[in-house]
Amino acid sequence: MRRFILHRLALLVPTLILVSMLVFGLQQLLPGDPALALAGEQQDPDVIAFIRHRYHLDEPLPVRYLLWIGGVLHGDLGESIRIQRPVLELVEEKFPVTAELTVFAMLIALGIGIPAGVVAAVKRGTGWDVAANAVALWGLSTPNFWLGILLILFFSVDLGWLPASGFVSPWESLRGNLATLIMPAFVLGNAIAAVIMRHTRSAMLQALRSDYVRTARAKGLSERRVILRHALRNALQPVITLGALEFGGLLSGAVLTEQIFTIPGFGKLVVDAVFNRDYAVVQGVVLVTSTFYVLLNLLADVLYAVVNPRLRS
Amino acid sequence: MTLAGRFRFSAALILLLAAVPAGAQTLKIGISVDPDVLDPVLDRTFVGGTVLRAMCDRLFETKADNEIVPDLASAYSWSEDHKQLTISLRPGLSFPDGEPLDAAAVKFTIDRDINFPGSIRKSEFPPLAGVEAIDAHTVRIELNAPFPPLLEVLASRSGIALAPKATEALGPNGVGNHPPCIGPFKLVERVAQDRIVLERSENYWAANRVKLDRIVYQPLPDGTVRIANLRSGDLDLIEQVQPTDFIELEKDPKLATASAPALGYQGLTINVGKGPRAQTPLGQDVRVRKALELSIDRDAINEVIAGGLYIPDNQFQPPQSPFHAADLPIPKRDVAAAKKLLAEAGAPHPSFTMMTGTSPLNVQLAQMIQAMAGEAGFDIKLQQTDFTTSLDAAHRGDFDAFQIGWSGFIDPDGNSLTSLRSDGTNNFAHYSNPEIDALFDQGRSTVELEPRKAIYAKISTILERDLPIIYLYHPRWLWAFSKSVHGFQPASDGTIRVKDMSKS
Amino acid sequence: MSADTLAQACVKAPPNPTWIEFKRFVRRVTRRKTALFGLVIVLLFIAVAAFAPLLAPFDPIQGNWSAIRKAPSAAHWLGTDELGRDMLSRIIWGARASLLAGVVSVMIALVLGVPAGLMAGYAGGWVEGAVMRFVDAMLAIPFLILAIAMATFLGPSLANAMVAIGFAAMPAYIRLTRGQVISAKHEDYVEAARALGNPPLRIAVRHILPNVMPPILVQASLTIAGAIIAEAALSFLGLGQQPPQPSWGSMLNSARSFLSQAPWMALSPGAAIFFVVLAFNMLGDGLRDALDPKD
Repeated sequence: MRRFILHRLALLVPTLILVSMLVFGLQQLLPGDPALALAGEQQDPDVIAFIRHRYHLDEPLPVRYLLWIGGVLHGDLGESIRIQRPVLELVEEKFPVTAELTVFAMLIALGIGIPAGVVAAVKRGTGWDVAANAVALWGLSTPNFWLGILLILFFSVDLGWLPASGFVSPWESLRGNLATLIMPAFVLGNAIAAVIMRHTRSAMLQALRSDYVRTARAKGLSERRVILRHALRNALQPVITLGALEFGGLLSGAVLTEQIFTIPGFGKLVVDAVFNRDYAVVQGVVLVTSTFYVLLNLLADVLYAVVNPRLRS
Repeated sequence: MTLAGRFRFSAALILLLAAVPAGAQTLKIGISVDPDVLDPVLDRTFVGGTVLRAMCDRLFETKADNEIVPDLASAYSWSEDHKQLTISLRPGLSFPDGEPLDAAAVKFTIDRDINFPGSIRKSEFPPLAGVEAIDAHTVRIELNAPFPPLLEVLASRSGIALAPKATEALGPNGVGNHPPCIGPFKLVERVAQDRIVLERSENYWAANRVKLDRIVYQPLPDGTVRIANLRSGDLDLIEQVQPTDFIELEKDPKLATASAPALGYQGLTINVGKGPRAQTPLGQDVRVRKALELSIDRDAINEVIAGGLYIPDNQFQPPQSPFHAADLPIPKRDVAAAKKLLAEAGAPHPSFTMMTGTSPLNVQLAQMIQAMAGEAGFDIKLQQTDFTTSLDAAHRGDFDAFQIGWSGFIDPDGNSLTSLRSDGTNNFAHYSNPEIDALFDQGRSTVELEPRKAIYAKISTILERDLPIIYLYHPRWLWAFSKSVHGFQPASDGTIRVKDMSKS
Repeated sequence: MSADTLAQACVKAPPNPTWIEFKRFVRRVTRRKTALFGLVIVLLFIAVAAFAPLLAPFDPIQGNWSAIRKAPSAAHWLGTDELGRDMLSRIIWGARASLLAGVVSVMIALVLGVPAGLMAGYAGGWVEGAVMRFVDAMLAIPFLILAIAMATFLGPSLANAMVAIGFAAMPAYIRLTRGQVISAKHEDYVEAARALGNPPLRIAVRHILPNVMPPILVQASLTIAGAIIAEAALSFLGLGQQPPQPSWGSMLNSARSFLSQAPWMALSPGAAIFFVVLAFNMLGDGLRDALDPKD
């Protein structure tokens, strides 16, 4: 087991190097010159030349990559050209917000996805199956921005129950924090619920046909007990693995939702940075979230290997 | 921030909140973009200008009706030849760190505008012969040639006086976090993408005009979301209301609205001079461009996209400006005439690609132009392009037509020279006309109003003939706010003036 | 999304892909009410897209500027949009772009991802290592960022958006396929086929590929939805279908600015996306279940 974990940890290194190169390369694919984007409406050639020089945009690509990665290895993620702040500082500021939103969203996704998946599997092919599918897929097929705005119009404008947008830190007010997060977390969780539901259904179907469920049934256990205690517990394994992966994806994926609800997390930061070609910010944030993603991935695999030794080979 | 740091920070915030007396007036403003760095020489965003206006007084102030009056300055005078501007400073003012506002500070400020590496402000100034402190409270700016827009420049971010010692101490990266300037409000907190919190300054020289205790700016890029926040009471005032929303908000009994005609314009820039994409009938034949203009119904555009709120026009200066040419009527839509011109040009069905922004309003406008020009025989393909990419294409001449606006200045020089002079930094049309270049130089150095008006009228007439840019309309700045907000003054530069505003 | 671990959950013996098998397979699919329902709806939408010129009551591009943002009426069943165009006609024409965006993107992801996954899983060794490190790296980069970068690079058009979405969705398929292959590789029937001297390619295609299909189908039916939504997100950024041609995604985007004045502009494209996604998923379920030989 230790060898397996060490092996997987060793594999992280080439993955992260690849990630850093991909992120860096993707940025360069984008047409448009950051110096033009950041030079202001007057497009003064002196300003453009200055920005190019200061941020090494006039250096060849490999040199720029090495300059950047060299900084990263020393704990320096570079500086945002647009707001002139160290990227590391921005990441530290946004990470707790995004992490909290992600946890809430995941709880909501599991809360909708698992029951719906169980119902769909148990009542497979019936109206229940269709209904459960409809409930879960509704989230997947509804664009986040659309659902987000509708929720704001209903709960904030018409009913006045919740603040329309913004973020309150839990240290400031726990109540305010929950009030600001519930709608965005629902919008995000709603979309992932479908994925969880679909895979829960698939795994449940598998589990319901397995020998241990048959044995449990033969022992005369109640159907409810069989489903919840025996089948679901086994079916949950792949679902939780998947959940970990989705969690990693969410860390950076809440782009439009954060924009609608003005949650100051990674998503908004990254999209703004992409459109302003604020390279250091995009690279820094994606590198950090990717590292988390890869680590979560590893954790899930290790956990899975613990229960399923065959995978360790 | 570490957990402990976060806790300390929260504790500090709670103390801060407790320190604000009950009934304190907090104005919450929804802005459209998160501002960039709030250093007067580096800030390039419109919203940055709005926030800086609440924090930093300038030597001069542009009043809501575009009149420019002394602010940190108390008086000014031009020399006979208009090459020297002598400014007297308001006596007895000092910066928050105690440094006096004196001639040395003003000289420091203007030197910084021009010499700071990467300064966005530098291009707003003409080449200066010098800035000189005459005595403690008098400073003289010397020009090589007259430059009528100078007062406007000194009423903009370039004219924000900074405390020399504090600025040096903050270093090149520190000014944006705490601009050491004189102003009604000071920055107390900024969370990127989330909020900017200002608090009333102590010992402000015009304290009687400051009625609010705190201002919170919240960047909300989505217009619908801004309105939802206003309606739910989470915000008191919002900017950049879309015209269709504005018309609806006007009917809301709980809200008030305000508008001001903008200084800038929206137009269609045509590549007439750079690269192979200028070598098309549209780029080369003025008849084709004229036909394009004749196919467009500016009033219909105004009705459909703006509910009639915008100001259709064919010039860079808005009609309220004295430099708007009086005898240059907007050509009426005439499809038959357009077709005839195209036939004469030997290009009955010119085809081109129009680069357009991604905002819903841009896309709607582009589709209308496409449909209207289509009736005259044009075949227009639309290409939605994000702004940075389009700037790059525009500089390289890699486009046929580009739908782009200009935020605007009061002086006609600022609205036209950089986009039309052959060496202009914004000359995306890549237009080059020696006659126009000479007129721009004349316009810059002519001081008297009537001769200057004649020069810009001539420029507009030539442009209407050459059509490197087809001007479509001047937008209108639109705001909406709660009825509890008082003293809002709609200004043509679009920024929000928080001085004199109060909340009940 | 998704993991090789998941793949573990749904494997077993290989059905023989012969004609009889295929007929039995079709029967299995159509016997299920939900799958049949899904199939009918999908076919219906395909028919709508194919016969758009005949079905649409109005020109989807020509608008009436004196009747903008009109509520649903007898003449315009779904109302009109911000340029006075008939919403129903745009929904009908928009089905082309949106179905294409969904299906073509998934096809691209499948065609690139499944062989790569087969190869990685079957070959093992450094090939697998290299492919999987690449997949991990791509999965670690946010989907939308990947798609935005690709689409911006390729230039704004529907076709490029499909390529970008397909490419960004591909790594999940490599991962899923490879996981299935690894677990199938050691099954008795594969060992037997190998012992009989079958060439690796034949084993991969005949014996391993069928095992890969059930989880891939679940994944594909989800990706179709993801791709239709991603097209909406990309056209929100100006990178999808170019105006004035409609797609459901771009219609939703223009509706965004008028949500309070003209809610019907958002309702019909939203509903269209929902039904197509639901139908594809129900069909995907049916296919998956029919392929699952234990049933």
